[in-house]
Amino acid sequence: MSSPIFPDLIPVIPEILIAIFSMFLLILGVFLREKLAEPLIRYGSLITIFVAFIILIVLPEGEALTFGNSFINNEFCIYMKALVLISSAASILMAREFLHMHQMDRFEFYILILLAVLGMFMMISANDFIALYLGLELQSLSLYVLASFQRESTRSAEAGLKYFILGALASGLFLYGVTLIYGFTGNINFNFLYSFFGDPEFTVPIGVIVGLVLIIGALAFKISAAPFHMWAPDVYQGAPTPVTAFFSVAPKIAAIALIIRVMIVPFGNLGEQWQQIIIFISIASMVLGAFAAINQTNIKRLMAYSSIGHIGYALMGLAVAAGPITSYAKDGIQAMLVYITIYLFMSLGTFACILCMKRGDRMVEEISGLSGLSKNNPVMAGVLTVLMFSMAGIPPLAGFFGKLYIFQAAIQSGLVGLAVIGVLTSVVGAFYYLRIVKIIYFEDAEEKFDRPIAPELRGVLLVSGLFIVLFIFIPTPIISLAEVAALALFPG
Amino acid sequence: MNSLLIEYLPILIFLGLAVGLALAIVTASLIVARQKPDQEKLSAYECGFEPFEDARIKFDVRFYLVAILFIIFDLEVAFLFPWAVSLGNIGVFGFFSMVIFLLILTVGFIYEWKKGALEWE
Amino acid sequence: MIIQTLAFYLFSSVTVFAAVMVISSKNPVHSVLFLILAFFNSAGLFVLLGAEFLAMILVVVYVGAVAVLFMFVVMMLDINIAELKHGFLQYLPLGGVVGLILLLELILSLGGFIISSQSQSSIAAPRPNINEVTNTEAIGNLIYTNYIYFFQAAGLILLVAMIGAIVLTHRSRENVRKQNISDQINRRPQDTIEIKKVTTGSGV
Repeated sequence: MSSPIFPDLIPVIPEILIAIFSMFLLILGVFLREKLAEPLIRYGSLITIFVAFIILIVLPEGEALTFGNSFINNEFCIYMKALVLISSAASILMAREFLHMHQMDRFEFYILILLAVLGMFMMISANDFIALYLGLELQSLSLYVLASFQRESTRSAEAGLKYFILGALASGLFLYGVTLIYGFTGNINFNFLYSFFGDPEFTVPIGVIVGLVLIIGALAFKISAAPFHMWAPDVYQGAPTPVTAFFSVAPKIAAIALIIRVMIVPFGNLGEQWQQIIIFISIASMVLGAFAAINQTNIKRLMAYSSIGHIGYALMGLAVAAGPITSYAKDGIQAMLVYITIYLFMSLGTFACILCMKRGDRMVEEISGLSGLSKNNPVMAGVLTVLMFSMAGIPPLAGFFGKLYIFQAAIQSGLVGLAVIGVLTSVVGAFYYLRIVKIIYFEDAEEKFDRPIAPELRGVLLVSGLFIVLFIFIPTPIISLAEVAALALFPG
Repeated sequence: MNSLLIEYLPILIFLGLAVGLALAIVTASLIVARQKPDQEKLSAYECGFEPFEDARIKFDVRFYLVAILFIIFDLEVAFLFPWAVSLGNIGVFGFFSMVIFLLILTVGFIYEWKKGALEWE
Repeated sequence: MIIQTLAFYLFSSVTVFAAVMVISSKNPVHSVLFLILAFFNSAGLFVLLGAEFLAMILVVVYVGAVAVLFMFVVMMLDINIAELKHGFLQYLPLGGVVGLILLLELILSLGGFIISSQSQSSIAAPRPNINEVTNTEAIGNLIYTNYIYFFQAAGLILLVAMIGAIVLTHRSRENVRKQNISDQINRRPQDTIEIKKVTTGSGV
């Protein structure tokens, strides 16, 4: 028995920091008086996120493996983690007023968000299937609780329960898939599996394919891609709105990072096996996101379908990456990362608008409630219009470029059919985004929304609006960062 | 491998005996005893009158909280067994690994204690 | 050897039977009891595999704790069985198809089961000889040091479960008089007792 080696802890500092801070804040919160605890823990969690962000940036460059190759940190992980941190900080900021208004301002909310972020970090950095599963469970467990955080509301409880049951089913499928992979190869480490499947004498047995399909199914559930999307609309509608805002960004980014890493690293040499599955999921998501959203009247439900559609476009990049040519694959992933980054800002901005929609201390969730917003609050109407145009992919705005890069990558690698379907569905999708714009500008004014808008919401609106409008002038930072991140996935 | 299973053989025999005995008693009472059921004999007995309602009533949700907290600490203890057995092999590193694990759960314990989750009323 | 085989078929057939009964029995309490039976028999299967530690954990944690929790939940929900079974037939075809697909996948993958030639050499931590190192010790040698990352992650998951359970179900009750020990101890006689001289015939 060789004496155990102490693992290198430097790549894990952000994770350790979040874990320690969240436990410290938990103890602090429970010892403080209730009135004092909530604001203090909110600031504490924001500080934690900020410090983690700083550490993430200053971590040494290059790839770092630790804990017996179970944990990896490279530019790709750092990019995705940074996005997760940005979106969680924005969600915490946006949540304050809502939580206060609904008497939900308990400090545990922020602790659970921090622990969910920790789970997402572990997912993004996982380099074997056990680490992946533990991260996934840590994240999901926190999210289930957050979904049913509004205890007085039956809808919220229903959302939590639905999410929990379907999430547990997905976890089960995932584990089943992993056991099959393990049974056939005898290992669960990503790098090992990559070289194992890369062996030229290796013929793919059907068990590995079954395992692969089960894993893709479970991951598709986590990103709510089309045939596994059933939970998304109900959970989005039922969960408290700030939680929905959080759901629509942070866990999605983490799960996207996960599906990219799982497909590219362990199964990178089985690209022809999974490319068609990803193409199918992508098409199904785009079509469903476009058509099912048309009849929605609840704006949170509409956002759920919209996010399903966006995931479909993003997956197009992954389908490109399945191809054998590495330079195209890198372009596909890069386009996907740019798309996800732009989606993050669009989604956060839209949810900031939704959180502004309240009359007499009651939230308005009907789309018709927006009618005549242009007369009551022209600034908010303007920002929302910009966001909707961007989601629809109308030229000078950021959303257009996201789609452009994705379609370019698809056409370049020969997936013309996929790109054409993407263009067609985005035309259909434009219909319902523009319908919201029509309601804002051309329908009779309803009662005004409550004023003043909370400063945090104003801040998020401003930042996301500016990002979307100004992306055309300064796209380079994002694109080059995404390129560095994508390159980290394809060493050599 | 086989020596391990031989250690378990008495348990298997015991299990077989228990099942056999249970079956024997039930079948014997079925065969030997006289069975003359009537409606009164078969009806549920509740202090001599007809039962008012279903015996199942809703439990308070607090039972559930106690049970889930119990499971969590049960699992914690389950992790302690192998640690105790192999502490000699894993050295200081292994020792402190468990200490950190226990600290994490102690944080949770302090939280639930302060929160009053362990108090009934 | 023959006893081992017999025991295997006994345990596995009872497990499958109990598992079927869990989902098909009318009374949820019976379902939980069958679940316990299934757990016990799976523990027997683990013993046959030589994984005695897992077998004991299955009994301690699953039978001892999880099944009790299930029982509480079943009691708490007060499920109406007739209503629950309503629509069972409606979903049977779809559910059956999904189950059939999973079964087919299982058969297909088991049918093509080739453990790759490298897999023996690629195992991260091969199992030591069971006659030299006991099961529990073999696990203990690995999880606290080599797999410390997973171990601490498990701790955090338990922490989240704890917070979640309290956040979702605990509510502080108003108007409940609790014992306040420090108040009791800090009570001094002179604060509460007043000694008065009562003159005879006049009352207090």
